[in-house]
Amino acid sequence: MGLDFDSARLPNPYLTAEHEEWRTHIRRFFDREVIPFADDWDEAGMIPEALWLKSAAIGILGLGYPEEYGGVQEGIDIWHKNILNEELARIAVGGVSATLMVHGIALPPLIKYASEAISQTVVPPVLAGEKRISLAVTEPEAGSDVAQLQTKARQEGDHYVVNGSKTYITGGMNANWFTTAVRTADAGASGVSALLIPADLPGVSRTSLNRKQGWWCSDTATIYFDNVRVPKANLVGEENCGFRVIMSNFNSERLAMSAAMESSARVCLEDAVAWARNRKTFGKRLADHQVIRHKIAEMKQRINATHAYLQVVSAEIFEGRESAADIALLKVQCSQTMEYCAREAMQILGGIGYMRGSRIERIYREVRVNAIGGGSEEIMRDLAARQLGL
Amino acid sequence: MKVLVPIKRVVDYNVKVRPKSDGSDADLANLKMSINPFCEIAVEEAVRLREKGAVTEIVAVSIGMQQSQEQLRTALALGADRAILISTDLAVEPLAIAKCLKALMDSEKPDIVLLGKQAIDGDNNQTGQMLGAFTGYAQGTFASELTLEDGRAVVKREVDGGLQTVSLELPAIVTSDLRLNEPRYASLPNIMKAKRKPLDTMTPEELGVDVSPRTQLINVRLPAERVAGIIVEDVATLVDKLKNEAKVIS
Ligand SMILES: Cc1cc2nc3c(=O)[nH]c(=O)nc-3n(C[C@H](O)[C@H](O)[C@H](O)COP(=O)(O)OP(=O)(O)OC[C@H]3O[C@@H](n4cnc5c(N)ncnc54)[C@H](O)[C@@H]3O)c2cc1C
Repeated sequence: MGLDFDSARLPNPYLTAEHEEWRTHIRRFFDREVIPFADDWDEAGMIPEALWLKSAAIGILGLGYPEEYGGVQEGIDIWHKNILNEELARIAVGGVSATLMVHGIALPPLIKYASEAISQTVVPPVLAGEKRISLAVTEPEAGSDVAQLQTKARQEGDHYVVNGSKTYITGGMNANWFTTAVRTADAGASGVSALLIPADLPGVSRTSLNRKQGWWCSDTATIYFDNVRVPKANLVGEENCGFRVIMSNFNSERLAMSAAMESSARVCLEDAVAWARNRKTFGKRLADHQVIRHKIAEMKQRINATHAYLQVVSAEIFEGRESAADIALLKVQCSQTMEYCAREAMQILGGIGYMRGSRIERIYREVRVNAIGGGSEEIMRDLAARQLGL
Repeated sequence: MKVLVPIKRVVDYNVKVRPKSDGSDADLANLKMSINPFCEIAVEEAVRLREKGAVTEIVAVSIGMQQSQEQLRTALALGADRAILISTDLAVEPLAIAKCLKALMDSEKPDIVLLGKQAIDGDNNQTGQMLGAFTGYAQGTFASELTLEDGRAVVKREVDGGLQTVSLELPAIVTSDLRLNEPRYASLPNIMKAKRKPLDTMTPEELGVDVSPRTQLINVRLPAERVAGIIVEDVATLVDKLKNEAKVIS
């Protein structure tokens, strides 16, 4: 075991040569086609169109999706996904994967619950990198408390008429469709439905939320629905059963975020160690000052614990025993480890760590979105306590 | 037209290799292993030739231990049609590899053998040339361009003075240089499909080749660390130091 990105990873008995092969090729792809440019994309607030097509071509967008829609599912397991999320995080520009992979939260509900006609129209072009889809749940007045959402879908013949707004929607400025949570009846969670809303329907408008702490190259939007007429055929699942549709998504999103956060922490470790080994103060290397040595040892200690937990939870999923409580607690473990390592790494780098253009500086400003989005730390603990019968 | 692409399993080019503590060899335990980069370029070239319609079958072959199957799978994921492992636990040398390839060619009858110019572990740069000698076929080494026209292989070679173009009668032996192409990324569908492509295993004995090593590795150690240089005041001091300290001029 070592202190750089690869050697600091705990051994994983589940990994086969094919998994490593997958890592090798996506790493090479990111090393050549993404990492040299990603900081510039972040500063420019966008990622190039071509990245979607290239990512589709090597199978990144289609990972784990059914072959009939252009994905690759046969032989794919949780470890392939973890490896992808780990390598995406190694880019250390969080906005790249936030936008590029946002279909990961918007498509699965369609595949599971929408009509075959809808899936056939939407899924193949998204997996081919030609079209985009976002998930629109959060509203100005309803975030953690999803059941409070207000966007109304009123029935009118064979259409719904949708009014309301959604906010903080990742990929929202460029999405062709929104997998949207709407209210079709009064009562809380049991009045929620999921509806696929094409972005080009009359009455849909959007504004950019482009001044964010991090995720600069990822477009985020507020979406407004003003008497938008959506065919009833676009319902995803049964009417008033949307809460389950939306919730069914969360476990895989949280696990993906967890794998990425653990990886980000390891990037912090790698860069902090490299710096501490070279930088001299008071006549010796930073790495020779006890205070700094302990910081690094503690980063490694926390990463080990986090990685071990990630592997246990992933192995449960691999064996078909997914635990929502464990996934929730793992997400908290990961955001706290990422936060700790980003803090300590920047502290070790000193002034240079505060300058734009380094991995540490970017990871530091992407900690909070991970601790808030996909279920905040508070909500995760609350969920776990409930699931554990407290 | 059939192309045979020999490939070698080597330590990944990103890994820093260290000697074992007893100096008996390089320490390869738990290191990331990959397909030799020049071999990968050879595979890529074969695949491009097939995409142009000039080649119909690509056979990847590796001579080495069982784990070389992993690198053969990479070749299959990149586009080779089938693979052969000539399995041995001995440390194979270029001569032994060339003999195995010659024996394999007798049954496979490829029109072109496309190899890497060298493997980044031993940096021998011998196998292709030895194979040329064993078979008596024409060889075009250090290829930076390869085209097939009128039943001949036209190879642009990187030689010391620049580029040399040779036109080879087939069957021919070609070795790839760095600039021949930039290998593609294997896509996920192709990685998964590669698992189902045929991979046969045979032994050097079955080919009638004795692969026992003919050289002995005595000792492996790191090169002496370079000490920092100094800046001299003027030319006279430089000449003095070269003469009397370094003793490289007289
Ligand atoms: C960059 C970014 C991208 C996003 N992308 C998307 C997207 O693509 N699609 C989408 O639908 N949403 C998206 N979101 C929204 C995200 O899911 C919400 O921000 C998140 O669910 C929290 O909701 P909120 O912001 O309304 O905070 P609130 O729910 O108002 O919570 C505020 C704070 O109070 C805490 N809190 C709330 N309730 C409790 C409680 N019961 N007990 C204790 N503490 C509590 C929370 O943990 C939080 O710390 C994105 C957010 C960001 C920042």
